[in-house]
Parts: sequence; C-alpha cells; structure tokens
Amino acid sequence: MLEKALVGSRRYWLWIFFLIAIAGIGFIAYLQQYKYGLAITGLSRDVSWGLYIGQFTFLVGVAASAVMLVIPYYLHDYKKFGKIVILGEFLAVSAVIMCMLFIFVDMGQPMRIMNVMLYPNPSSVMFWDALVLGGYLGLNIIIGWATLHADKKGVKPASWVKPLIYLSIPWAISIHTVTAFLYAGLPDRHFWFSALTAASFLSSAFAGGPALLIILSMIVRRVSRFDPGIEAIQSIAKIVTYAMAANVFFIGLKLFTSLYSGIPGYGYSLAYLYTGLDGHNTLVPIMWTSSILAVVSLVLLIMPPLRRNEGILTLACVVLFISLWIDKGFGFIIGGFVPNPFGRITEYWPTFLETLITIGVWAIGFLILTVLYKIAISVREETANIKLEH
Amino acid sequence: MSMDRRGFLKLIGLSSIGIGAGWMIRKPGEFLEAGSVSDLPGALEAKQWGMVIDTSKFKTEADYKKVINACHKAHNVPAIENPNHEIKWIWTDDFAHTFSEAKHQYMTEGLKDKMVLLLCNHCKNPPCVRVCPTKATFKRKDGIVQQDMHRCIGCRFCMTACPYGARSFNYTNPRPYIKETNPEYPTRMIGVVEKCIFCEGRLARGLMPACVEASQGAMLFGDLSDTNSVVREALRRHYTLVRKPKLGTEPVVFYILDLGRDKGGGEYA
Repeated sequence: MLEKALVGSRRYWLWIFFLIAIAGIGFIAYLQQYKYGLAITGLSRDVSWGLYIGQFTFLVGVAASAVMLVIPYYLHDYKKFGKIVILGEFLAVSAVIMCMLFIFVDMGQPMRIMNVMLYPNPSSVMFWDALVLGGYLGLNIIIGWATLHADKKGVKPASWVKPLIYLSIPWAISIHTVTAFLYAGLPDRHFWFSALTAASFLSSAFAGGPALLIILSMIVRRVSRFDPGIEAIQSIAKIVTYAMAANVFFIGLKLFTSLYSGIPGYGYSLAYLYTGLDGHNTLVPIMWTSSILAVVSLVLLIMPPLRRNEGILTLACVVLFISLWIDKGFGFIIGGFVPNPFGRITEYWPTFLETLITIGVWAIGFLILTVLYKIAISVREETANIKLEH
Repeated sequence: MSMDRRGFLKLIGLSSIGIGAGWMIRKPGEFLEAGSVSDLPGALEAKQWGMVIDTSKFKTEADYKKVINACHKAHNVPAIENPNHEIKWIWTDDFAHTFSEAKHQYMTEGLKDKMVLLLCNHCKNPPCVRVCPTKATFKRKDGIVQQDMHRCIGCRFCMTACPYGARSFNYTNPRPYIKETNPEYPTRMIGVVEKCIFCEGRLARGLMPACVEASQGAMLFGDLSDTNSVVREALRRHYTLVRKPKLGTEPVVFYILDLGRDKGGGEYA
C-alpha cells in the first residue's frame, strides 16, 4: 500500500517538500546541538527539562487519545466511527514517533540510547515508559495496517487483529499514566507530586487529541474525496467537550488543595506561573492565555448550536489545542522546576536553535502523518462504495 | 532431516539472534558489583560511610574556599562562570535556603545568613538511583552513591529527582574550563551528569576525602554503623540536622548546629 504515498497531486508534493525542508532546518540545528551540547538550549542546572520534554509529554497524550475512537467503535459497536478510526490510529503512530524523537534530542549522550534496554532498571519509570511507548507504536502500526489492508481487499481483518485491538485499549491508558508517573512520584516537586497528575493528563489528552483529530478531519475533507462523516465528527466533538470539562474540573481540584492548605511549597509554582514570583514572571502571559483559551473553547463546545456549526467547532478545537499545548507542553514542566530545591528562581525560555529543533521534530511527525493519511485516504477513496467489514 | 535453502537461512537467522540476545543478557563482568572488591591493602572500608560537618568551625570565606578548592581540584571540576551550566560537587548556600523547613520570620540574622557547605547527601534511600533508567548511578555496599559516567545517557532524570540540587549536567564541554588538570582523576565529556562521590578512589588508597582533609577537623568522616567511630561520637555530643528529613531519603551528611546560647547576652527579661 506504500505506493499510494508516491503518487499525488502537485499540492501534495509541495506540502511534502515543505515539511522535508522544515525538518532539514531542524536537523541542521540539531547538528549544532550535537556538537556544542545542550548548552545551546535555554536549559540550566535548575530547569533541566524544558520544551523537548514538554512536547514529549504532550504528544504521549495525543497518541493515547486514539483510544477515544477505538473504545466506541470496537467495544460499543458504534459504526459511525468506522471510517475515522484509522485516522486516530495513524495519528497515534506519528505522535509516538515524535515522542521518541523528542526524547532523543533531549539526551546528553544520544548514541547511548540502547543502554536503556541493555542495562534496564525496573525501578525507573523511564525504563517502563520506553517499553510501553515502543509497544504502543508496534500495536498501532500492526492494527492500522492490518485493518486498512483488509479494507482494501474488501475482506474482514484477520482474526488475530481483534485481540491486539482490545490490548491496545488498556495500553493507551498505560502510556499516559506511566508518563505522568515520571513526574508524580518525585520527592519535593510539589507541583507534580499529586495523585491527580495521571488523571488530569488523561483528561487533557482525551480533549486535545480528539480536537486535533477533528481539525485533521476537516482538512482531509477539503483536500480529498474521503469524508469521515459529519456524525462521526459531531460525536468526537462531544467526547472533546466532556474531556475538557473534566480537565478544567481537575485543575480546580488541584488549585483548591494547593491554595486552601496554605502550604507554601504547593503555592509557589502556581504563583510563579500565574502571578510571577519575586519579580520573575516570564510565563505569566502565556499561562493566562492558556487559561482564557480553555474557558473560550469550553463555552463554544458546551453550547450545542455553536458546536454543531462546523466553522465554530473547528475554531473551538484550535483554541482548545493551543490552550492545552501551552499548559502541558510548557507550563507543566517548567512549573515543576520553579522554584528550585533551595526556593530560588531560575527562569527558562527556549532558545532559537531549540525552537528550530522542536519545529523540525513536529515537521517529521507531520510528514509521517501525511504519508500514512495519504495511504489511508487513497484506499478509502477506492473503496468508498464498499461497506466496511470490521 | 532434510532442509531447504529457506529453512537453513531461517535457522541461521534465529540462532544469531539467540546468540546476540544471550550475550547481551549475560555479558561477562556484568555481575561484578562495583565496590564489592577491595583492591588495595590499607584501603579504608565501612559498612555505611557518613559525614558530619561542624558549621561552627566555618567562619570566614576562606574556610569554605579551601575545602571547595581541594575537592574541585582533585576531581577536575570545571570552573564554568555561567550559573546555568555550572558544575559543582561541593558549594555553599545560606541556612535559610538550605534548611528552609527550620526557617521562621524572627530567626536571628546571624543564623539566617549563615553559610552552609552543601554536597551530595549519599542518601540511604536515594531517589536518583531509583529513577536512573540505566543504573548509571548506583549505590555501593558501603553506602556511597556512585555513578558510571560512561553509561550515563544524559537524560537528567536524576537531576529532576534529587531534592537537594546535588547533581550537575555537562551542558558544555567541561575540559576548556579546567585550569590545571589533575592526572589522577579523569575529566568528563559533554552530556553526562556528575556529583560528589565521597572520594571513593581516595578511600581505596587509605586516604580521607579531599574536603575532609582540607577542612582540618571541621568535617568528620567515618563509619556510621560503628558506634565508636568519630562520626557517631560527634552525633552523640552535638545537636545535628540533616536536610529535608521528611522526604525519607535518609541523608548521611549531618550538620552540627551551634545553637549560639552564649550570644544572646544573659537572662530573658
């Protein structure tokens, strides 16, 4: 089926070469980092993780969110997701690959990456994270490919695919839970040290991931003859709405415990993020932007007449995605590091090269996504009149 | 049994994977635990090394400096000016920031601003060892939290996990920042994490840690499991603190606090 990615319109190839060019610029920037070390980033002794790990964390959520389509379709036999579920699975594939690339570019000694498997430490959450992410990537490639191939031939997917699909459901939950455990079990990192961290990770993932899928579906409908279906998109919009409401609720729970208790350690990070602390307030504007956008998106999504309007729905999804991206892809990580273990403040902001590398990784992700979607769409266009069998 | 070409190739492929996997799992030397062998006669040994720092004996800037310099010289710690990329094995901060749980509004300025020496606490229950994905940082039988800088992948999870800020990452190539290279200790490469190692190399040669030696009695080092050791004696006789005891990491670096009873000037009104 790969050959379907090799034929396309002029517009398709322009987009492909545009992404390759961006990825190329990112790669050149990475060569600088490879040579001069992570000193070219904004990272420091006090803020030792930043934009890269933030993107990793955010994208694990995007990957896990495929389960929001898999559960209704495969467990509840919700047929309307039949056409769109493949888009969710392929989005998961490209998101996991981006996660792996972000881990790679964050490493001080990337050539030693195999040490994680050669000298595994089962008490390290990072070891388990590497394991579950690898497994999830494999599951989604196999499931996506097998079901699409079956569609192409107009037959049912092989019987061994079903158990893998069922396995992928708890597996999706596990990848984001384990990622949350990277943070939630560290002594004296008050901002992360909460049993709620994993739950709020999942809620924001199940809002942000499907919101991205709605945006992608709108684009797919414009550029191809493949239509994932209005009803399917509206159903996903409801999932986004519930998940976002849960996410905002969880934020409220965290705020209550942190602020009402009056325990300084729990308040400092929040103060730094939302009001500034001791004159340090770099993140304040973007954190408020995130909060305002969260409220705006929720209002647009909760009102049924607004949500049913495709233009407004797309806008709500874009706004929601940006809000969650700032919150989880940036604020969550930095908030955990400020103030440092001595109560002192070192601020962080990504450098130009760091930003280029980050954009480069996103470009590689979109390149993989484009190729996979091109294949899926081409198959679907061919079989548009045939009823799906799985 | 007959075998066709395809079957033969399959067998060869599978066996080479098997041999490769077997080699990875049972690599020779892998089960030799560092610190489990004592190589030299006269090596200093302990069941659990520990340190006691007498804060009252550090009075002037020079008292701290000589200790810090001794350590940083001995271990080729680079002098990087940029605080973001700084490497430090032993350094100072004030009492209020170091023991923030003991701080209160009306604490005497003398105590609040009192400088305290800081280094890796070689915790009995170290979060850094727990989180390291490659066992590059590990605990020796004598309690020293050691690390293998050739195995470190530079993920910096240990820096995030350490509640004492004891770990430094080589953001940049450290070698140009070393004024005089000490040939007895290796320099580091870019992209790995490092910290105090309780001078395990000096202990093996029968020497006290470089800082302890340079402190001229202000820092004590010994076996915490031996009730007659110099550290246990000091802990019996003085009021001592450890950093952030509520976290359960169980540091083995103790601080003697001079309570300054004689400084207030007589009776309470």
